[in-house]
Amino acid sequence: MAQIMPLQEAVSGLINDGDTVALEGFTHLIPFAAGHEVIRQNLRNLTLVRMTPDLIYDQLIGMGCATRMIFSWGGNPGVGSLHRLRDAIERGWPAPLEIEEHSHAGLANAYVAGASGLPFAVFRGYAGSDLVKHNPQIRFIECPFTGEQLAAVPAVELDVAVIHAQKADRRGNVLMWGVLGVQKEAALAAERVIVTVEEIVDDLEAWPNACILPSWVVSAVCCVPGGSFPSYAHGYYERNNRFYQDWDAIARDRDTFRSWMQRHVLDTADFDEFRRLLSESGRGEAVQ
Amino acid sequence: MSGAEYDTNEIMTVTAARRLANGTVCFVGIGLPSTAANLARLTHAPDLVLIYESGPIGAKPQVLPLSIGDGELAETADTVVSTPEIFRYWLQGNRIDVGFLGAAQLDRYANINTTVIGDYEHPKVRLPGAGGAPEIAGSAKQVLIILRQSRRSFVEKIDFITSVGHLDGGNARRRLGLPGKGPVGVVTDLCVMTPDPETRELTVTEMHPGVTREQVREATGWPIRFAAEVNRTPEPSAGELEVLRDLQRRTAEAHRNDSASG
Repeated sequence: MAQIMPLQEAVSGLINDGDTVALEGFTHLIPFAAGHEVIRQNLRNLTLVRMTPDLIYDQLIGMGCATRMIFSWGGNPGVGSLHRLRDAIERGWPAPLEIEEHSHAGLANAYVAGASGLPFAVFRGYAGSDLVKHNPQIRFIECPFTGEQLAAVPAVELDVAVIHAQKADRRGNVLMWGVLGVQKEAALAAERVIVTVEEIVDDLEAWPNACILPSWVVSAVCCVPGGSFPSYAHGYYERNNRFYQDWDAIARDRDTFRSWMQRHVLDTADFDEFRRLLSESGRGEAVQ
Repeated sequence: MSGAEYDTNEIMTVTAARRLANGTVCFVGIGLPSTAANLARLTHAPDLVLIYESGPIGAKPQVLPLSIGDGELAETADTVVSTPEIFRYWLQGNRIDVGFLGAAQLDRYANINTTVIGDYEHPKVRLPGAGGAPEIAGSAKQVLIILRQSRRSFVEKIDFITSVGHLDGGNARRRLGLPGKGPVGVVTDLCVMTPDPETRELTVTEMHPGVTREQVREATGWPIRFAAEVNRTPEPSAGELEVLRDLQRRTAEAHRNDSASG
């Protein structure tokens, strides 16, 4: 059964140095608040998994939390590069980052295999792509029925999945909707699951086919309204595109990045304080 | 001929949009492909089905998305499915007529690089990476590519094949067992290129009004071939330009509001 607890407690109790962790979200419901808490608690040597690493991964990598990343597209959506990610790959700052690179189809299938308890995923893909030459985890097998060559990648196996969702009830059942990416698969591929939510309600009022993670597959539910800012929570608030644009200048320079992170993340107690600070400086007035 | 004034981005977008027939099921990349596909949907192809890799199927956005998973796509879609389902049932399940892609670099066989400039292990510039493109390029029944043309983007040899075009030409795709036909057209701000039926090398088949062969050569990193007969691209109509500009105005307005109020 999920325990309802503060985010600080969930991160300190459930994530360890050296863990393989996915903070998933496909543009929508990205768990920024949880990512900040990982940075505040100075977790180290993480293997980070994510189909679309974006600003929160840029922050984790730039703050030296990760030594390895498994991913399929790493950019600032609608803006351009992730400068901290690039600095780590191109120049090893603040530490070298080992990468295992896939396509979306490859990594999405690998999550499904992880959730399904299979050792690997099989699908039609990667033929002719140079990714095959640089990622030894991409292999090919012959279909035992037709002889077709199919791609195979190992399952994603996580110590911890971290996601953000719209609602949980008081027993810790979690409801999410809209663009769902691979969040359900990530949760079911993990030993431990942390879910931050916009609100905790008496009754989810969900219809039968709604996307629900039952309380008994979730370790911790943390109520963090606005916890996916500057991404969005469908039905609650919109994406703050300006923050994504502003991030480009903040992250471009190592010192600017470091001092921004110090002031906004390390020196704030939690996500609420971070949001207050941002709105005082004229950014991030987004979340109601 | 409309006689209307237009810029090179507009003729590129309109020309690409016209290649999407009504009723086509189109897997759309963000940016230029998304702009052109929505223009098609708002003009001659109201029943064009737009599928985005974040999960929306049948998206009908009123404003263009800035990211691949904008709420506007989910709200206007017929349904939103998970990302694994998009790639497994809908793309791999052979439901996609046209994969519509952009690129950072392209070679003469329309192979696409979106991974690195320079060496993979020691990149000069690390680009975002593959995303959905390798399997879209492999499995969609046809692929359409749109990007601005320059010597930096149209290169003799790409540094990394992220997504396959026609590899080294001829029947290379068939030898590799790729299900889709691969790139059938590349639309740029100068011209339209089509793979030669035999060699699969990109060949200029259309040039936009006012563009010269010299300009096209200048903007291509290999000795570009021209078809025996090169047609003039029909100019954008006043109606197409109006719809495109309205769409871009609505988009700018909406995203300005995002910034102000979140």
